[in-house]
Amino acid sequence: MRYIIFIVAAISLVFAFVFASSFYKGQQAQKIGGMAKERAEIFVRPHSQTYGSDDAKVYLIEFMDPACETCSAFFPFVKQIIAANPGRIKLVLRYAPFHDGADYFVKILEAAKKQGKYWETLDVMYATQPYWASHHKPNPELIWQFLPKAGLDLEKIKEDMNDPAIRQLIEQDLADAKTLGVTKTPGFFVNGKPLQTFGDTQLIELIDSEIRANYVK
Amino acid sequence: MSKYCLPWRIIIMSSTVQTSTFGWTILFLSWLMASIATLGSLYFSEVMQFPPCVLCWYQRVCLFPLVIIIPAGLFPFDKGIVRYALPLTLAGWLTAAYHNLLYTGVIPKSLQPCSKGVSCTEDYITLFGFLTIPLLSLLTFSFVAALLLLLITKRRSV
Repeated sequence: MRYIIFIVAAISLVFAFVFASSFYKGQQAQKIGGMAKERAEIFVRPHSQTYGSDDAKVYLIEFMDPACETCSAFFPFVKQIIAANPGRIKLVLRYAPFHDGADYFVKILEAAKKQGKYWETLDVMYATQPYWASHHKPNPELIWQFLPKAGLDLEKIKEDMNDPAIRQLIEQDLADAKTLGVTKTPGFFVNGKPLQTFGDTQLIELIDSEIRANYVK
Repeated sequence: MSKYCLPWRIIIMSSTVQTSTFGWTILFLSWLMASIATLGSLYFSEVMQFPPCVLCWYQRVCLFPLVIIIPAGLFPFDKGIVRYALPLTLAGWLTAAYHNLLYTGVIPKSLQPCSKGVSCTEDYITLFGFLTIPLLSLLTFSFVAALLLLLITKRRSV
């Protein structure tokens, strides 16, 4: 009898937990889905860097941090998915520089954008990240030696990166990340639907379901 | 027990059975409380994604083991489990009490041992206008401690 009471209690607790979790996640997804319809600007701001065709019907939004190891490791995979679906996916990069001092690197990226070298600079940053951000401590001094590889005019970068507009843009992105409940990077949304559990197969599934919904095969 | 004659042994044994049903229920309730609190705490951190602060972690260190060790005293029923469960509960209670003093501002914030990452006084959730997460923790530890103490005072009276 005691065993039965105990086991029933234990199983009920676990069920209650699982039920409450899925209920909460469903509610959050609905809330964010509603925002995607009514306040689409939360996901894509005019200043946001995008990649891919403007006619694409699937918008992949990534909240990233240049100093985040997982963002760096995951980015080739994101590019692969986009390449595998030519013209159908548009990537929107948003900033969530959660590491201390990571906003410095966002400023460099934004300054590089003015020279038309955004993606080249991002590639160099990610490739050399183990040197300038080892142990999650971004060190601004160490990035400069690598930047010429992206073909940048360094003097101009130093001048442009202190533009107050860049600071505002970072603050806007961080505010949107907060609204959308992004607490970890990379944080993905596909057409306003959050990636609920992080992983490559989960991301592919989410993107595929949106492609199926928007493109008739 | 061998020094008692048979009728006495029967009386003692039946009274032990009586109190042990009561005792078992008390111990079971303390396990239930600890388990609900553990799942609640995991719900806040894993589902709602509230990052736990340092003090929360110390309380979790005291709370989570109770879910595992109390059942060791339930099957078979053994009041001796209080010796292992009560120190954890009291340590958790003290940490929770300190956390609440910090949270309500009785102890100034500058004395807090928290890391820069997550503030121990950040307001995440307040239920019914007064129930904060540190208060839930304090209530849990108080409840479990009260049940465990009830169990050993019961032993003395028998």
